Amino acid sequence: MREPTDLPWAARITSRVQETRDIFSVKLELVDPKIRDAYRSYPGQYNMLYLFGVGEVPISIVSDPEDNGPLEHTIRAVGRVTHGLERLRVGDTLGLRGPYGRGWPLQAAQGRNVVVISGGLGCAPVVSMIRYMLRRRDDHGQITILQGVKHSNDLIWRRQYQEWEQIRDVQVLLAADQGGPQWPFSVGNVTVLLEKANIPPEDTVAVLCGPEPMMKAAIPRLLERGVDPFHIWLSIERNMQCGIGHCGHCQVGPHFICQDGPVFRYPDIADWIDREGF
Amino acid sequence: MDEQTVFLPRAEADRLLEALRGAGFGRILGPVAREGTLLFQPLRRWDDLPAGVRDVQQPGRYRLQEQDTPRCFAWANGPQALKPLTFRPREPIWRAQRSADGQLSFQSTQEDPEPTALIGLRACDLAALDLQERHFMHGRFPDPWFRRRREALFLVGMSCAHPAQTCFCASTGDGPAISRGHDLGMAELDEGYLLWAGTQAGKTLLERLDLDAATAAQRRTVEKETHQAAMGQRRTLPGRHLKQGLYERLQAGHWKDVGERCLSCGNCTAVCPTCFCHMEMDEPALGGDSSEHLRQWSSCFNAEHSFMGHFVVRSDTRLRYRQWLTHKLGSWHEQYGRSGCVGCGRCITWCPVGIDITAEAHALLKEAPDA
Repeated sequence: MREPTDLPWAARITSRVQETRDIFSVKLELVDPKIRDAYRSYPGQYNMLYLFGVGEVPISIVSDPEDNGPLEHTIRAVGRVTHGLERLRVGDTLGLRGPYGRGWPLQAAQGRNVVVISGGLGCAPVVSMIRYMLRRRDDHGQITILQGVKHSNDLIWRRQYQEWEQIRDVQVLLAADQGGPQWPFSVGNVTVLLEKANIPPEDTVAVLCGPEPMMKAAIPRLLERGVDPFHIWLSIERNMQCGIGHCGHCQVGPHFICQDGPVFRYPDIADWIDREGF
Repeated sequence: MDEQTVFLPRAEADRLLEALRGAGFGRILGPVAREGTLLFQPLRRWDDLPAGVRDVQQPGRYRLQEQDTPRCFAWANGPQALKPLTFRPREPIWRAQRSADGQLSFQSTQEDPEPTALIGLRACDLAALDLQERHFMHGRFPDPWFRRRREALFLVGMSCAHPAQTCFCASTGDGPAISRGHDLGMAELDEGYLLWAGTQAGKTLLERLDLDAATAAQRRTVEKETHQAAMGQRRTLPGRHLKQGLYERLQAGHWKDVGERCLSCGNCTAVCPTCFCHMEMDEPALGGDSSEHLRQWSSCFNAEHSFMGHFVVRSDTRLRYRQWLTHKLGSWHEQYGRSGCVGCGRCITWCPVGIDITAEAHALLKEAPDA
């Protein structure tokens, strides 16, 4: 019989928030209570979400796995499936299978300072890791959270960032390439923030998620600041259709991003992402 | 082939089909000359096989010709062998049902594959099946559709004494003799066939046939013909470490050269017996209450393959050809422990502009490594 994880389960939308003009968040509850109870994910993993009659998309899991509550996904409407998902409302049902992939290095981050650098909707896959760490505040040193967006209107979860900032030894820095009126944060790309960030060179783990040009710009600056390349981790995005390493679309060199990643240790993927066409 | 090898006279060859039917294989497929080529089709009797037929293969060209021989396997291969039988070109994998109140339920659409015997598989085909098994069956998520079809197969390999001009299985180490992956191995002589078992199922079948041992002279003839088939192959892949060699030449000028000749049509990936890429899609029923989720062969030569919503990772043919070749001859080593090429030469023959993987690999390795 088929592995249960590669046939979707029905999941019901229990809440929905329109975050910006084209970004929305849904909380999903697996309809079958047995599957709901057995479902376990790890920060940085993703689910394949299925819109009836249209298809599937890989979407990272925002919610903290330890909440055991509904599964939260934050989605930008860009393609056929995500535009369709955008039109679903509370009470509607979609398909969900997962979780898939290798998530964030929670073990490696233990007892260390952590820098989280995200760009655009790259803030979503890192949220579950931030929440996970903040629940265990004493297990980590300084936590520095950097988020950059294109336009100030694109910033989501502003209140959450402000709440995190109040926590001991947590620094939050936000930037927009283009600031709007009353934008109280920095203007420029994420590299502007790196100059202001408190990054102890010793014992620091950096996790990055967002557009590849952003990550490629940030990494040399982390290295300059003395961060060990083996302690830099990034989440890579590619076309994924199966989630289980079969369909072949997400290959980057020898890596199947959907299963070997999406999170990689920087030296393991560095050679490939620096080259056009991989 | 060994002392256990037995001989089946040509006039009695139908006994093999009868024995296979008797062993529960209601469906027997073998190569049949059709549509100007050799296709795996149901065999009713041994006479359905392409006796006196040879294939003439060249880059971008495939023709069948008649020749004066009683042999049924005096050719190299056709465009497909095993791959479409285990990994379907297009198939539903599950179905979503939507009830009147909008609730969804999901059902797997697995069929019960009919026990099938395949006659006339080449060593390259069996090596390719092994690679597809590594991909679909031996990973973390064994593919149930592939596995069930695979498990329903009985594989009769046929040592190759007639390689085409496009063949290079001797260079990849996968042929031309049947040496692994077969339930039953066979080799053809003018007067009949030598048979040997590769598995217990093959052994049981041979016992059922109750044939005389092959003579030492017959075995020597087969060995000589197979040896000649290997020696007669003119194409080779470069004998050095191809993965490293290609990885060190990702900026080579030759990628542009081949990119300008390649039509990006995907014929090579369609006929390649190891290529596994496929896309997934939905096909909703007109009534609106159900939708089939399908998978369909796709190709790294299509823009769809690296489409990312806002951009295409491999926007031109040069990058797509480089992806295909560096995967096939390079990163397969890291993924599945060996090259993804079994030397069948199909990508050369069926390429409409005759691009030759062996020539391209040699040309690339002649260039200096990237700075």
